[in-house]
Amino acid sequence: MNLARRDVLKLSITGAALATLPIGTLFPARPVQAAYPDNAFQAKEVAKALQDLFGTTDTSAGAVKIKAPDIAENGAVVPVTVSTGMDGVESITILVEKNPSPLVAHFELGPRTAGYVSTRIKMGETSPVIAVVKANGKLHTASKTVKVTIGGCGG
Amino acid sequence: MSMNRREFLRTLAVASGAGLALSGCSLLNRKTFRRAPSDFYEIPPYGNVSLLHFTDCHAQLLPLWFREPHINIGVGGMKGRPPHLVGRQFLEYFGIEPGSIYAHAYTYLDFVEAAQFYGKVGGFAHLATLVKHLRAQRPGSLLLDGGDTWQGSATALWTKGQDMVDACKLLGVDVMTAHWEFTYGAERVQEIIENDLAGHIDFVAHNVFDNTWEERVFDPYVIKEINGVPVAVIGQAFPYTPVANPRHMIPEWSFGIREEELQEVIDEAKENGARVCVLLSHNGMDVDLKLASRVRGLDAILGGHTHDAVPRAMEVKNAAGTTLVINSGSNGKFLSVLDLDVRGGQVRGYRFHLLPVFSNLLEPDPEMSAYIEKVRAPFKDRLDETLAVTDDLLFRRGNFNGTFDQLILDAMLAVQDAQIAFSPGFRWGATLLPGDPITFEDVMTQTAITYPTATLNEFTGEQIKIIMEDVADNLFNKDPYYQQGGDMVRVGGLRYTMDPTADIGHRIRDMELDGKPIDPKKKYKVAGWAPVARPVEGKPIWDVVAEYLRDKKFVRIGRPNEPKLVNVAGNPGYEPIFA
Repeated sequence: MNLARRDVLKLSITGAALATLPIGTLFPARPVQAAYPDNAFQAKEVAKALQDLFGTTDTSAGAVKIKAPDIAENGAVVPVTVSTGMDGVESITILVEKNPSPLVAHFELGPRTAGYVSTRIKMGETSPVIAVVKANGKLHTASKTVKVTIGGCGG
Repeated sequence: MSMNRREFLRTLAVASGAGLALSGCSLLNRKTFRRAPSDFYEIPPYGNVSLLHFTDCHAQLLPLWFREPHINIGVGGMKGRPPHLVGRQFLEYFGIEPGSIYAHAYTYLDFVEAAQFYGKVGGFAHLATLVKHLRAQRPGSLLLDGGDTWQGSATALWTKGQDMVDACKLLGVDVMTAHWEFTYGAERVQEIIENDLAGHIDFVAHNVFDNTWEERVFDPYVIKEINGVPVAVIGQAFPYTPVANPRHMIPEWSFGIREEELQEVIDEAKENGARVCVLLSHNGMDVDLKLASRVRGLDAILGGHTHDAVPRAMEVKNAAGTTLVINSGSNGKFLSVLDLDVRGGQVRGYRFHLLPVFSNLLEPDPEMSAYIEKVRAPFKDRLDETLAVTDDLLFRRGNFNGTFDQLILDAMLAVQDAQIAFSPGFRWGATLLPGDPITFEDVMTQTAITYPTATLNEFTGEQIKIIMEDVADNLFNKDPYYQQGGDMVRVGGLRYTMDPTADIGHRIRDMELDGKPIDPKKKYKVAGWAPVARPVEGKPIWDVVAEYLRDKKFVRIGRPNEPKLVNVAGNPGYEPIFA
């Protein structure tokens, strides 16, 4: 594994992806390709967000890996990494089922980019975190529950 | 000093004599207990790699009473399997004879009478004698400390952990990991590692990463050679320290179970020559058992955090073979001895003993005794103040309120003029017998933390339910990785029904105050302590309890406020004693 290469890729992808983040960013908004998917980011349900984003909710469990804490140390900044070994990755999308607006981030990747994104997301309460990878026109998904707790009372 | 067999026997004789006299002079004492066998601490050496392990001593330098729980409920796949067994069901599972010294060490049964017969447990001077005795027979052995060592007493708090750091160096600890240590703050932890531990004790934690750069803060592991065998000891700090304790004390550090990173560390240690690989863990036993089933290449996990004293090594199968999981109790009450036979780079066999440390059966080590006396001397007057006398057994271990918890809650309700009180479900378990004085030191043993402020808040009934459901899920989630290892928050004033087998949001029912149902919309005055979100100014909890006790002078608790439990019939982790 070439760490340096991966890190560089990671940085450049994060830079590109920021343009599609729903929150204000330090970078001037410059969409990579399609128009900013307002509807999808405002959707109140996972299915609606997927429909707006991809025109379908048809996903299958696939070779998608989510790395996230089992219990969030701070719900305001939960580190999440999504990776896949699949070829032909077009986009990686992260949703938090129980957030008021579940779509958290949508990364559109250039050709021959490794399927890897790492970011920090905000979570209001315990929820499945869903990753959707679009590769060769198909949607592949995985899910992992991240618990958000009040804290305290540890032994 | 190394105690030989003859000296041991002599000590035993003295102890049993005292025990006999005690039972003889009390006509009411109808229970019969058997004396410890004369070879109680004679553990024949085995193999060539020996690891001694203690954990969660909570800064208890002196011998104490310690009652094991009567409620330690396991749910889902953990139901009825170690460590979720109590009392008679514990004895039956492990084949331990009732009325024996082991039965007293591992269970709450006949606690008061048995405690009077067998005497106190733990104490660093007694532990030191036992460590020296075992090490003399096991050249090259390592002494591992699972953490929660620098916190738990007045003197540890007042010296910022220094009394325990020096005691552990004297005891001969080789490797440690941590949990409550972090509540002295990041700076103090690093100061101790650099100034005190360097060259003496390896502080290892593979699962603590810098938030900004995602780099490890501590050495993940250390390789020690034991009789020519390179042994890797990997550290696993308590994964949920920033959740269960104040994150603001360690703002730059991120924890977690980090299974994947652990696998990488194991593989790396093996590449670097380790022939035996063990995890010194502060996960809690349920998490240890799950982790052992998923990670490859660990020969053993030596665990702590949930204070479970399990007399047998659990053999857990995984993709690469078998990992032994042991958990060694708490408060200096137990010392584990794991002897491994390593040949041809592989563990061929093992022997495991969880030894209860009975102060009457061990001569105190003179050097350690002198150290303890010296370190306590400046504080003696403050520690020795008698605040009250207890008429009841005061204990704390168990999933729900113990009588000592109840005392703290009663003090909070009275002194802070609250309707409801919450006290953390810390698994500390120092115990007092009926008739014992309650000193200021005893109160500190129950409360000495670096964020001790007593609080008074107004919460709606709905908020109260959310808090209780949240804590209950940290205890009874069916997936151990979502548990934090503390017991249920102790509740004063409010009565409730609890179904440990339900899911979050559905465990707590029938909440009542003074016979009336809790109104979700109504606000209630709720006292608490140990706030984790941010520093809070105010009176420390020990002053609240001390003030209450000075006023009471005499304590009688009766029945603590345990919830009504449903769906626990037949659960071997439950023996009702107040029903």
